[in-house]
Amino acid sequence: MVDINRRLLLKAAGISAFGTIFPSVGYLISAHAQEVISKNTAPSAKRWAMLMDISKCPAGCRDCIDACHGIHNVPLINEPGQEIRWIQKVPFSNAFPSQENPYSDISLKKREPVIMCNHCSNPPCVRVCPTQATFKRKDGIVMMDYHRCIGCRFCIAACPYGARSMNFRNPRPYIGSINPDFPTRTKGVVEKCNFCEERLAVGLPPACVAACRHKALIFGDLLAGESEIRTILRNNNAFRRRPELGTEPHVFYTG
Amino acid sequence: MKIKPGTIMGVCTGLAVFILIAAFPFWYGGLKPKAAPDIDLNTPEINALTEKQCVTSTEYMKTEHMKLLNQWRNDVVRNGSRTYIAPDGRQFDKSLTRTCLACHSNKEQFCTRCHNYSGANPRCWDCHSETASAAARKAIILKEKVNLHGGH
Ligand code: SF4
Ligand code: SF4
Repeated sequence: MVDINRRLLLKAAGISAFGTIFPSVGYLISAHAQEVISKNTAPSAKRWAMLMDISKCPAGCRDCIDACHGIHNVPLINEPGQEIRWIQKVPFSNAFPSQENPYSDISLKKREPVIMCNHCSNPPCVRVCPTQATFKRKDGIVMMDYHRCIGCRFCIAACPYGARSMNFRNPRPYIGSINPDFPTRTKGVVEKCNFCEERLAVGLPPACVAACRHKALIFGDLLAGESEIRTILRNNNAFRRRPELGTEPHVFYTG
Repeated sequence: MKIKPGTIMGVCTGLAVFILIAAFPFWYGGLKPKAAPDIDLNTPEINALTEKQCVTSTEYMKTEHMKLLNQWRNDVVRNGSRTYIAPDGRQFDKSLTRTCLACHSNKEQFCTRCHNYSGANPRCWDCHSETASAAARKAIILKEKVNLHGGH
């Protein structure tokens, strides 16, 4: 009797454990299927990507950041942990923590790469978002539908690049002058770089690229064989942030 | 058992007060009939139009504009479809600020008055600007003119 009871107990435990695991297994399978579908349809669509030549970016220049944050109504909040950033300049060692060595070029250490959302091909932020407020478009842009965001911040936890910011307060009082052609966000919503999809839609390059006088930022379609970005990638040794994670970032760096 | 007249008075006053409070919505609303809101179409942008016609029929817009706006929102944000083709063939940007507000540049006298009257409290303005940019307002007039020119 005792044995049977134990067997029953073990069976029940096994079944409930499987039940607990199963949704995530199913989820992983569907995420994989989605990935395959988007890969198969990729050649007919564009695949937007950014490339930064770090060596061309002078210290202290903030033109790209000001352009982006101005046009997208990004608030300027100076309290630690509450800042909103779509694009920022960080020390080389912060952007590429594992790629420095004690003997590397001193000028390289001083450089400040521009970092933003990588519009990953395999974006963990999309996988964890419970409302599909974050989703991936066919052209590779990882987009946010702010109408749907419930502010759960799963995506912030999932993004390995710190590309996302949470609005802990109403951002409007912190916006210098509001651009009426772009919405602001509201308290309780996460936000991030959108590769300027609203500008791409009318044939304009991203605001950061347009604002850079030093031609440090190149933007283009990776599926157009002759695009500038494709040519540079073909002829240079470009690197990406934390490629070992398998997220397939689409912001590349040279220099 | 004898009930004191004071107690009856007290109970009556209490009942009267209770009924008065419970009936608040009736006497407050009923005694002050609200006039239908005065929806103002008098904006420089609308006045400049040769044909004063919204993106689709006025009847539809009066009762269903929120459905159209929801559709536009999903089209633009989720499906990348940005151009609305009106029943009469005119084309519009699916945009609250660049299209709707470009003509209805008087949000207070147009949207807000009716929303207040009907007790609707849309959240659009938490994020979207209440005014269209000057460029958008100019563009709506140009668009209309170009279209009429093309139609001749
Ligand atoms: S960088 Fe972060 S936010 Fe951007 S797509 Fe990748 S995981 Fe998502
Ligand atoms: S915070 Fe918003 S975008 Fe991020 S996972 Fe939650 S619902 Fe999705």
